[in-house]
Amino acid sequence: MSGNTYTHSSHRLDGAGWLSTLGAWVLAIAWVMPLLYAVWAAFHPGQYATEFSLTAPLTLDNFVAAWHAAPFPQYFLNTIVLVLMILGMQLLLCTLAAYAFARYAFAGSNILFSLMLVQLMVMPEILIVRNYQTLSTLGFVDTLFGIGLPYFASAFAIFLLRQTFKTIPKELVEAAQMEGANTLQVLWHVYIPLAKPTYLAFSLVSISHHWNNFLWPLVVSNSVESRPLTVGLQVFSSGDQGIDWSIISAATLLTSAPLLVGFLIFQRQFVQSFMRAGIK
Amino acid sequence: MTVTSRHIQAYLLLLPAFVFLVGFTHYPAIATLIDSLMSTPRGGHPAQFVGIENYQVMIEDPVFWKSVINNLWFALATIPASMALSILMALWVNEKIVGRQFLRMSYFLPTVMPMIAVANIWIFFYTPDYGLINQVLQFVGIKSQNFLGDPTLALMSVTVVAIWKESGFFMIFYLAALQTLSPSYKEAAQIEGASRWYFFSRIQWPLLMPTTIFVLVNALINAFRMVDHIFVMTNGGPNNASSLLLFYLYEVGFKFWDRSYASALTVVLLGILAFTGLMQFFLLDRRAHYR
Repeated sequence: MSGNTYTHSSHRLDGAGWLSTLGAWVLAIAWVMPLLYAVWAAFHPGQYATEFSLTAPLTLDNFVAAWHAAPFPQYFLNTIVLVLMILGMQLLLCTLAAYAFARYAFAGSNILFSLMLVQLMVMPEILIVRNYQTLSTLGFVDTLFGIGLPYFASAFAIFLLRQTFKTIPKELVEAAQMEGANTLQVLWHVYIPLAKPTYLAFSLVSISHHWNNFLWPLVVSNSVESRPLTVGLQVFSSGDQGIDWSIISAATLLTSAPLLVGFLIFQRQFVQSFMRAGIK
Repeated sequence: MTVTSRHIQAYLLLLPAFVFLVGFTHYPAIATLIDSLMSTPRGGHPAQFVGIENYQVMIEDPVFWKSVINNLWFALATIPASMALSILMALWVNEKIVGRQFLRMSYFLPTVMPMIAVANIWIFFYTPDYGLINQVLQFVGIKSQNFLGDPTLALMSVTVVAIWKESGFFMIFYLAALQTLSPSYKEAAQIEGASRWYFFSRIQWPLLMPTTIFVLVNALINAFRMVDHIFVMTNGGPNNASSLLLFYLYEVGFKFWDRSYASALTVVLLGILAFTGLMQFFLLDRRAHYR
């Protein structure tokens, strides 16, 4: 009986407990407020953007208007191509580099590793002025390829994969080698399958980062063909169609929708991926 | 396999990644340093060595100083506020609390939304007279404020958005760390009748130190590269009241097309980041046992 009392008391909500729960909820509601408002404004006619009424009629007109007011289909396609291109290159290049750092002893490995880590501090967007010149020398200004180029090698991915690769038991590698697997076959059949959770974690982080990236794409792109959604949205909302909150809200939701829907469905994976990516 | 061929194999594996790392991080960092000592090539005049001229211009440039001071305030406000909030959020959702799933989702939501997109919604919140915040203010009898148009309020307004955006992201790291702490600490504290505050300050906080340093470094870097919302909300205005270093660097480099001065500004940013890097290196070495 006394054990029961103990458990009970440890879960009881005293005054401080209630206050704490209340605080948590107030903060959470404040945190989702911008999204709630955007949903409200986007799904109701323009005159309800600043007026909250339970009888306001629902409409999809704002989405239709936004969709036709700017080349959003093209922007969507651009962002999807960009995000997948960056992710594909990152997975390829960083897997190879991480493998070298995890399982090879070679001259200069420590120096190269430290040089690689510099990118964690100095992201390509800090060096926009010089990187833009590099891009124009190479002739890739105003192309999706040019926007993606500086991100193809990610120090974060290399670091994360190296940590994972290091935990894979040597015995598994030796067994594969006994069966005659060469270096790349070992990587393909042993390391990569065992690092799947890390790949998933990094992919989610990379996709959401580059879907949302703005400054570098803004500098590089200046035509509809190369503009990702974020830059397109900025061009659209700073344009001269006046401030129509309902249409801007609809455009804002459209832009964030794929990530938002993905996040709501795969909430657990998302949070765990960011956690996994952050721990080491 | 011979030792040499293993070495060569390792270098070959590293080569593709390093082409891009060097090409877009190391090379531009060094080239920027050199560019900052040259003049901007304009219409037939090639770049010439001008020594520290760009830095002299910088010292006398009021907009530069305004951006630096703004950026320091921005950092001083966003770093402690977002870190404190993130710890609080993590402590809340780590416990059995009513609606834990919803709370965790709400806190994390800003992280997955594009800053450019949410900044548009925040503009509405800040709009004079009929914006949401002003509607609330007027309801309680305070007169409407022009948050983004008033030089004394603009920086604070964009700072709040940054705190809102980052806190949930940092929460994840604290949450991950809290979940690795042994539950026996909590049980011991309960048996001893330790207060919540005592338990946090004497047990959880010291054990979270490596995470705090990690988050601190990230918050510091973010304070100098989070500028997306400035483009949407204030464009650095009014009268540079909300201009931040990276934003000003963008303006100099891509609106005024003054490449060499923009390079000098980049060097200042690089200096700040180098300082951050060194700080992490020493703090992590002494205070935290990572790896």
